[in-house]
Amino acid sequence: MIAPIAGVLFDGIAYGMLLFLLSVGLSVTLGLMNFVNLAHCAFAMLGGYVTVTLMNSYGWPFFATLPVAFVAAGAASVVLERTLYRRLYRASDLDQVLLTIGIVFVSVAVAAYLYGTTVQPISVPDYLRGSISVLGVNLARYRLFLVLVAAVITVVLIYGVEHTRFGAQVRAAVDNQRMARGLGINVDWTFAVAFALGSGLAGLGGALAIEIVGLDPYFGFTYLIFVLIVVSVGGLGSIGGSLAAAILIGIADITGKYYLPDLGAFLIYLVMVGVLMWRPTGLFGRR
Amino acid sequence: MSSIALATRGLVKNFGSLTVARDIEITLPTGVRYALIGPNGAGKTTLINLMTGMLPPDGGQIMLGGEDVTVLKPEERVRRGLARTFQINTLFPGLNALEAVTLAVCERRQIAGTFWSRLSSERDAIEEAYDILKRLRLGDSCYQPTRELPYGRQRLLEIALALASRPKVLLLDEPAAGVPLEESGDIFEAVAELSGDITVLFIEHDMQVVFRFASHIIVMVGGAIFAQGSPQEIAADPRVREVYLGKRHHG
Amino acid sequence: MSIATPTQNPQSYLAAQERWRPVEIVFWLAALLPFVLFPDYLTLASQIAITGLFALSLDLILGYAGIVSLGHAAFFGIGAYTAGVLTKYGWGEPITGLLISAAVAALAGYLSSLVIARFRHLALIMITLGLGLLLHEIANSAHWLTGGSDGLQGMQVWPLLGMFKFDLYGYTAYTYSLIVLLIVFVMARRLIHSPFGLALRGIRENWTRMPAIGANRQAHIRKIYTIAAAMAGVAGALLAQTVGTVSLEAISFGRSADVLVMLVLGGAGRLYGGIVGAMIFMIARDQFSGIAPQYWYFWIGLLLIAVVMLLPNGVLGGLSALINRWRSRS
Repeated sequence: MIAPIAGVLFDGIAYGMLLFLLSVGLSVTLGLMNFVNLAHCAFAMLGGYVTVTLMNSYGWPFFATLPVAFVAAGAASVVLERTLYRRLYRASDLDQVLLTIGIVFVSVAVAAYLYGTTVQPISVPDYLRGSISVLGVNLARYRLFLVLVAAVITVVLIYGVEHTRFGAQVRAAVDNQRMARGLGINVDWTFAVAFALGSGLAGLGGALAIEIVGLDPYFGFTYLIFVLIVVSVGGLGSIGGSLAAAILIGIADITGKYYLPDLGAFLIYLVMVGVLMWRPTGLFGRR
Repeated sequence: MSSIALATRGLVKNFGSLTVARDIEITLPTGVRYALIGPNGAGKTTLINLMTGMLPPDGGQIMLGGEDVTVLKPEERVRRGLARTFQINTLFPGLNALEAVTLAVCERRQIAGTFWSRLSSERDAIEEAYDILKRLRLGDSCYQPTRELPYGRQRLLEIALALASRPKVLLLDEPAAGVPLEESGDIFEAVAELSGDITVLFIEHDMQVVFRFASHIIVMVGGAIFAQGSPQEIAADPRVREVYLGKRHHG
Repeated sequence: MSIATPTQNPQSYLAAQERWRPVEIVFWLAALLPFVLFPDYLTLASQIAITGLFALSLDLILGYAGIVSLGHAAFFGIGAYTAGVLTKYGWGEPITGLLISAAVAALAGYLSSLVIARFRHLALIMITLGLGLLLHEIANSAHWLTGGSDGLQGMQVWPLLGMFKFDLYGYTAYTYSLIVLLIVFVMARRLIHSPFGLALRGIRENWTRMPAIGANRQAHIRKIYTIAAAMAGVAGALLAQTVGTVSLEAISFGRSADVLVMLVLGGAGRLYGGIVGAMIFMIARDQFSGIAPQYWYFWIGLLLIAVVMLLPNGVLGGLSALINRWRSRS
C-alpha cells in the first residue's frame, strides 16, 4: 500500500520540479517589473524545439543541446523585451495580456508551420531510461534526473539571489524599485538580465519536459496555465514560494490523475482558486 | 469651548522596523485652518493616509466629530464628512471636470448605483457640481477631458472633487505642489474662501503661504509631533528653526 | 463626440451625450440587410449577433469598469447549458428559457463577484481564469447533465411565440437574435448613460480615487459583474436555442480569449466596439474557414500585437480619431 503512494508522490514531485523550472523565471520577472508576460511558455517551447532540432537533424547528444536551449530562449526573450515589452511597462494589465497572448498565438502558428502539429519524439540516452527500485518503490531514472537538475538549479538560484551582487540588486529592485534606482542600481539592466535568465530557464525546462509531457505547437498555451497557477499560488518574486507551489501543484495533479481520473484538471484549479481566495498574494507573496 | 472636528489619540504606524507615526495626538477644533509642516519623510502624508483610512494604523484611535472611525473604510469616513486631496494628482484622466465632480456629488447623494435613470435627469446633482466648479473658476473648462487641463487647473479639480463630498473636515496634501509660485496664491485663495464651517488641515512647504493662511501650525519630524502652536510661537521656536525653517522650497 | 462651447448649459451638454446619433440608426437599419442581401448567411448573421451580445457584456466589465476577465465564457456557458437542459427536459419555450438562463447566470455572476471584487491586477486575471477553467471541468465531468465532450444532444426548441419554427436557413434565428440583441443593447446603453455608468468609468479611470469621493468600489463591481453575467447568459442561451445543441466549447477558455480579442479589436469602452469586433472576427473566420486553425491564430496574434502597439482604442477608436482629425482640418 505504501509503495504505490510513494511512487505517485515521487512522480508528483518530479512533475513539480519541471513546473518549477518552467515558472521560476516568470515569478521573478513578474515580481520585478509587474509585467504580465503570458508568453513565458513560448520561450519554453522554443527551448524544446531547439533540442528536438539539434538531436534529430544534427545528431547532437541530448546533454549538449540543453545549454543551447537555455541560451536560445534567453536570447529570443531579450530581443522581444527590447523591441516590444519595454514599451508596455507602464501600460495597463490588459495591454500586456493582449500583446503577450498575441505572441503566443504567433508562436503556435510558427511552430506548427515549421514542425507540424504532431508530438515531437526525442530519444534520451540509455542510462536515463527505465527505472530503479528503492525499497520496493519504482523510480523512473529520467524523473530522478529531473529532480536532481531542479535541485541543483534551485541551490544555484537561491545562492545567486542571496549571496551575489547581482542577486542583491534583483532583490532590491523587487522590493522597492524607486529606492533601488535611488541607490544607483541600473534597474532596466537588472531587469533585462533577470528576464533573459528566467526565459533561459524556461527554455531549459521546455527541453527537459519533452520526455515527460511531449512537445507540440500548443505547448505555450497548455503549460501557460500551469505556470500561472504556480506563480500565483507561490507568490510573486519568491523562488522558495515557486518551488513549494510547483511541488504542491505537481503532486495534486498527478494524484488527481491516478486516483480521481474523472475529475481531470479540476483538482489543481480548485487548489489555485482556494489558495487565492485564502491568500490573494499567494502562499509566499509579499504584496 | 468650540467643538472638536477631528482628533487622533496615540496613533502609531510602523513599516517594518521603521516607525512612520509615533503616538500622534492631534486635535482640530471646528472651522480652523491648520498647517502641517515638516521635512520630507517626516510622515505628513502617512498621517493623512491614516486619518482617511487608506492605511490601517497599528495602534491608536481616530475620532471624527466625536465618533470613533478607526475601523471604518475610507469611503465610510468620506460619507461622514472627512475628505482629502492628493499630493500627486489622483484624478479621472478620461472624464471631464463636470463628469468627475458630478460623479462625486452622485456618490455623496447615494445615487451613483442607479442604472435605470439618465444622468442628465439628475438636475440637482449636475447643478451642484457645476456650482462647485464655478466657485473654483473651473466653469469654463469643465467640458475638457481632465488629462488635457493645464496642471494648475488639475490641482483645483483635486479640491473640487473633495468639496463635492460636502466635507466637515478637509485634508489638503500639498494643494499647490508643483504649481509655479505665482499661481500657488490662487489655489490658497480658493482654500481661504471656503466656508467657515469646514475644518482644514493642509500640508505645505512654503512658509510664507503657511504663515499667511494658517491659524495654527503642527510640525512633524521623524514620524512624531515635534511642536505645535500659533504661527508666531512656531516662528519663534529655536528648535523648529533648526530642523525645518533653515531649508525652504525643496522637493 | 461634440465639442461643447464654454457657455453651454451643463445639463444640456450631458443630455446631448446621451442622444441617439444618426449613425447609430443607420447601423441598426443596416443590420436588416442580411435578410435581403445575404439570405444564405443568416445563420452566420445570427451567430454574429449572439457573439456581439456576448462581447457587449464583456465590454461592460472590461471596457467600462476596467476588470480584465479571462473567464467570461463561464457565464455564456452557464446560460447555454441552462437553456439546453431546460429544453431537453421538457420546457422548450424559448423566451422564458432565455429569462431563466439569464437569472441562473446572474446568480452565478453574483456569487463569483463576491470573490472577484476583492482582487486586482494579476490575481484578478488568475481568479477569473481559474473560475472559468473550474466550470469548464465541471461541465466536462458532469456528463449525465451536460453530455460532457459529446455535447448536449436531443434539444427540442418550441416555435418562437408558438408560431415561428427555427428553420434551417436561420431566418427565425437571426430575427430572434437581432431583436434580443437590440433590446439588451438599449438597456446597456441606458446603463452606460446613467449615474452608475459614470461611476463605472470612474472605477476604470482611477481605482484609488473612488473611495476618496465616498464610493464603495466593491459594491459597484458586484453589481456590474452580476449584470454582465446575466447578459452573457442570455447570449449563451440564444446560441443553444438557435443551434439546438451545446458543446463544451461554449464554456471554454478559447471562447473567453476570442471574445476578448473581438472586443479589443472593435474597441473596448465603446458600446459598439464588441459588436463591430464580433462582425470583423467572425466574417474573417468564416471566409478563411479553409485554413488550419493554427494559421488562423497566426493572423489573430499579429493583429493583437498590432492593435496594442498601434491602435490602442481598437478599430472604432482609430476611426473616430481619423474623423476628428478630418473635421478639425476642414
